[in-house]
Amino acid sequence: MSQFRCPVCDYVFDEAAGDPHEGFPAGTSWDDVPDDWCCPDCGVREKVDFEPVGAT
Amino acid sequence: MTSIAAGHEAHTEEVSWRDGKRYAWLLGLVVPSIPFIIWGVYAASNGSWVTHAAWWLAPIIVFVLIPVLDMALGNDAENPPEELVKWLEQDRYYQWILYLFLPVQYAGLVLACWMWTTFDMTVVDKIGLAISVGVVAGIGINTAHELGHKKEKHERWLSKIALAQTFYGHFFIEHNRGHHVRVATPEDPASSRFGESFWRFLPRSIAGSLTSAWGLERKRLARMNKGPWTLRNDVLNAWAMSAALFGALVIAFGPGILPLLVIQAIFGFSLLEVVNYLEHYGLLRQRAESGRYERPAARHSWNSNNVVTNVFLYHLQRHSDHHANPTRRYQALRDFDEAPQLPAGYASMIVLAWIPPLWRKVMDKRVLDHYDGDITKANIQPSKREKILARYGATA
Repeated sequence: MSQFRCPVCDYVFDEAAGDPHEGFPAGTSWDDVPDDWCCPDCGVREKVDFEPVGAT
Repeated sequence: MTSIAAGHEAHTEEVSWRDGKRYAWLLGLVVPSIPFIIWGVYAASNGSWVTHAAWWLAPIIVFVLIPVLDMALGNDAENPPEELVKWLEQDRYYQWILYLFLPVQYAGLVLACWMWTTFDMTVVDKIGLAISVGVVAGIGINTAHELGHKKEKHERWLSKIALAQTFYGHFFIEHNRGHHVRVATPEDPASSRFGESFWRFLPRSIAGSLTSAWGLERKRLARMNKGPWTLRNDVLNAWAMSAALFGALVIAFGPGILPLLVIQAIFGFSLLEVVNYLEHYGLLRQRAESGRYERPAARHSWNSNNVVTNVFLYHLQRHSDHHANPTRRYQALRDFDEAPQLPAGYASMIVLAWIPPLWRKVMDKRVLDHYDGDITKANIQPSKREKILARYGATA
């Protein structure tokens, strides 16, 4: 399970936890998140700009 | 780098800085207190002309007094060093000032309803009071805006509560997930275009923001395999809050207050929209080779750094930093030299925007200068594109 961080505001998408409010239940693979999905906290950057935090 | 915070001062190895506006931020609470001030003036002035003027106190303060003070007091010298932004954001004092706005705002609304139904007022007095309440409501949207950008859940809740008064709860969705993503592009309903008057922008932004918010929520709920007609839809639950508020006030004061509620809401959200209008007028993000728009930068927002408006609008005028770092707290926003500057504070520019010929006279040349005379780089009103290109000597 990996994590991906927004380069602007440090929001982290954790595959293990998902983001249920955004419609991504726990265990959602990063591959299943659409490319045009933007950071839910700052709205500045989209999925393709997110940086991997490292595998756990 | 070591950062040692002693009292309200911060020292790092390189910088030593103290927030000169720390207590000035309390002045922001004057705005929601306006209905109380009106009440005080009414009680003290015995039906003279002062009584009749008092109902118009909020527009007098915001559109006359603040612009005059802006001119008299000039620019804001305070700019927190980048190294201290994190430290400054952690000080909860600044959050509490913001939270305090809300109880005062709603106590003022209740007081206004009471005065509306109890006092002996002419029609003009009533219009004045409704507009005064609308000004408070509109500036309440600014407070909601600050709260809605934050990561903490309770602040997002407070944001929705602040928006209930103007029936503009969908703003909280559209602004963060729509406007910030598409700012300074033709796709954004809340970015105004070169050649577009405020009166043309107003209905486009109101309708466009509404449909955008609905679309964003529908898309989010569809990912959960749900339709949009649920109270989990943040647009609907925010409106439900407004319906409950308006319903409770009508039950308490009678249907006679409906004109007050409607006028103040329309004036309130129109005030937000005029601020939207001046924040990005004519500015355009260029497309990269990939077809994506370039990232929002300092050059994509109009800024102003007048100290008085800065204090009353919680640094909203430091708009470039806000778009670069939307979750950054108001007290830590910075002024950038490279950002395009308005010739006056937001409060003055609002009045200018209401009068399109004046606005065009003041602003069009500034947009043109910003693009070194190349008008093709601006966000142009499509219906006037050919005329504008012909006038400014460009062919495209």
